[in-house]
Amino acid sequence: MANLTVTVEFSGGLESLFPGVEQTVTLPTTNAAGAPSTVKDLIQWLRDNALKEKPELFVSGDTVRPGILVLINDVDWELEGELEYQLQAKDNVVFISTLHGG
Amino acid sequence: MVDHGTPEGLTAENRRLVKEVAQLRAELSALRAEAPSSSVDSATDPTPVTNLTNPEIARYSRHLLMPEIGVTGQLKLRNAAVVVVGAGGLGSPCLLYLAAMGVGRLGVVDHDRVEVSNLQRQVIHTERAGELGVTKAQSARDAVARLNAACRCTAHEIHLNSDNALELLSAYDVVVDATDNAATRYLVNDACVLLDRPLVSASALRLEGQLTVYHHRGGPCYRCLFPEPPPPAAVTNCSEGGVLGVVPGVLGTLQALEVVKVLLDVAPDAPPVLMLFSAFRQPTFRAIRLRGRQPRCAVCGPDATITHLLDYPTLCGQAQHDGPSTLALLPANQRVTCSSYAAAARARVPHLLLDVREPVQFAICHLPGAINVAWSELPGRIDEIPKADPIYVVCRFGNDSQEAVQYLRQAGYSTARDLIGGLHAWSASVDPDFPVY
Ligand SMILES: [Zn+2]
Repeated sequence: MANLTVTVEFSGGLESLFPGVEQTVTLPTTNAAGAPSTVKDLIQWLRDNALKEKPELFVSGDTVRPGILVLINDVDWELEGELEYQLQAKDNVVFISTLHGG
Repeated sequence: MVDHGTPEGLTAENRRLVKEVAQLRAELSALRAEAPSSSVDSATDPTPVTNLTNPEIARYSRHLLMPEIGVTGQLKLRNAAVVVVGAGGLGSPCLLYLAAMGVGRLGVVDHDRVEVSNLQRQVIHTERAGELGVTKAQSARDAVARLNAACRCTAHEIHLNSDNALELLSAYDVVVDATDNAATRYLVNDACVLLDRPLVSASALRLEGQLTVYHHRGGPCYRCLFPEPPPPAAVTNCSEGGVLGVVPGVLGTLQALEVVKVLLDVAPDAPPVLMLFSAFRQPTFRAIRLRGRQPRCAVCGPDATITHLLDYPTLCGQAQHDGPSTLALLPANQRVTCSSYAAAARARVPHLLLDVREPVQFAICHLPGAINVAWSELPGRIDEIPKADPIYVVCRFGNDSQEAVQYLRQAGYSTARDLIGGLHAWSASVDPDFPVY
């Protein structure tokens, strides 16, 4: 089965929930439903395979929890189709928690 | 004559000094009320100035020499009114630069008092202000007055809330969000949309910062990006997570820059951007292109449902200030006060003291004999905890210790109890020489 590899980064404190600030993730090109893998599949993969603890601090249902912004190649994921964005090889996906300190 | 050698003498002396401080504070605020600079006049906009005076030309010559600013730009700064909500790590440099660059009217909103732990990053305040217990708003106003006597700066020593925000912020052209908690960020955002004011917003924590200009030239508001507040457990503040002093300094300085760009209408076609700053990572700066205004936004969309300000602390499930919360998870018989633990320790009653703070905090200070297993690591390291009787669990403020006691009891450690109020309470009630951080 064909795979695709993307780089994933965490910031704004999310890095403490994962093994490091950056990791490469290899997913099958098509998901279990036979459709191209999306950011939704990536979030699920990270929850099941990379998250160390406290899933409620990363996910809520099948998306990220409120207060997390997802960036795809330095663009707000809202402009790219959010959960339905189809991953491409070498994409850079950043999960960033909004900060409140001042 | 006061006898300093006896506790009675010291108590009497303390009472006398407390009274004297209160009296001096009253005199000070009476004097301030008379002083012309503290009159709350920024709400009434004077007629705009159309020419710079000779002293202004001399003072701002380095601005006037640049075609991007020039006399026109300087006059725009001179005629502008900007309010900075929060005179902390972000607000400090922002206010100083706005005053130095010649913004005509400033407002500063903060009801907290200057504390010694602020001074590592809140560079507008002084050790003296911390000793006197001056509010941050007053201290910042005084600093602005020393820097630029022509700047009319109003200190709003109040807690911004849904009853006062609209009236207060409406007196200004641009709002700077330099606050330290989620509830105030939603409050300020909604107020800016309802008043139609641009909002220059930034935040900083540990080694990172974020900055965006919201509700500006048809762009998104904070709620367009974050429709719902994060769960309280996902929010870390500076007093828990720490912050490198210069990080809010960089972000607050950039806020002053964004205010200038808003006032001078620089790059009107630029798309909305989130600026990310990361002190120790590469690249240090990153600009993220953001979504536009969201049609479904509850406050700035065409079918907005938020038409007046809400109860923000409830909305965000947290208090509207940056500080330790106080949980009460355990029944009384699973808790001990610091003084009763101190008595047991002094009597050498055998026990185990488990400190569940992170190792960096344990390295700052700890009680004699304590063993350190952080709460975040406890589930994985439970085998290292001997089944001692009794087990006392301590942390910084007495919140994590309660969760750890619950966890330990479920794991069979039926004698675990927590030290009420943590090491902060220890310092306050048992050992005043124990450090507070
Ligand atoms: Zn909006």
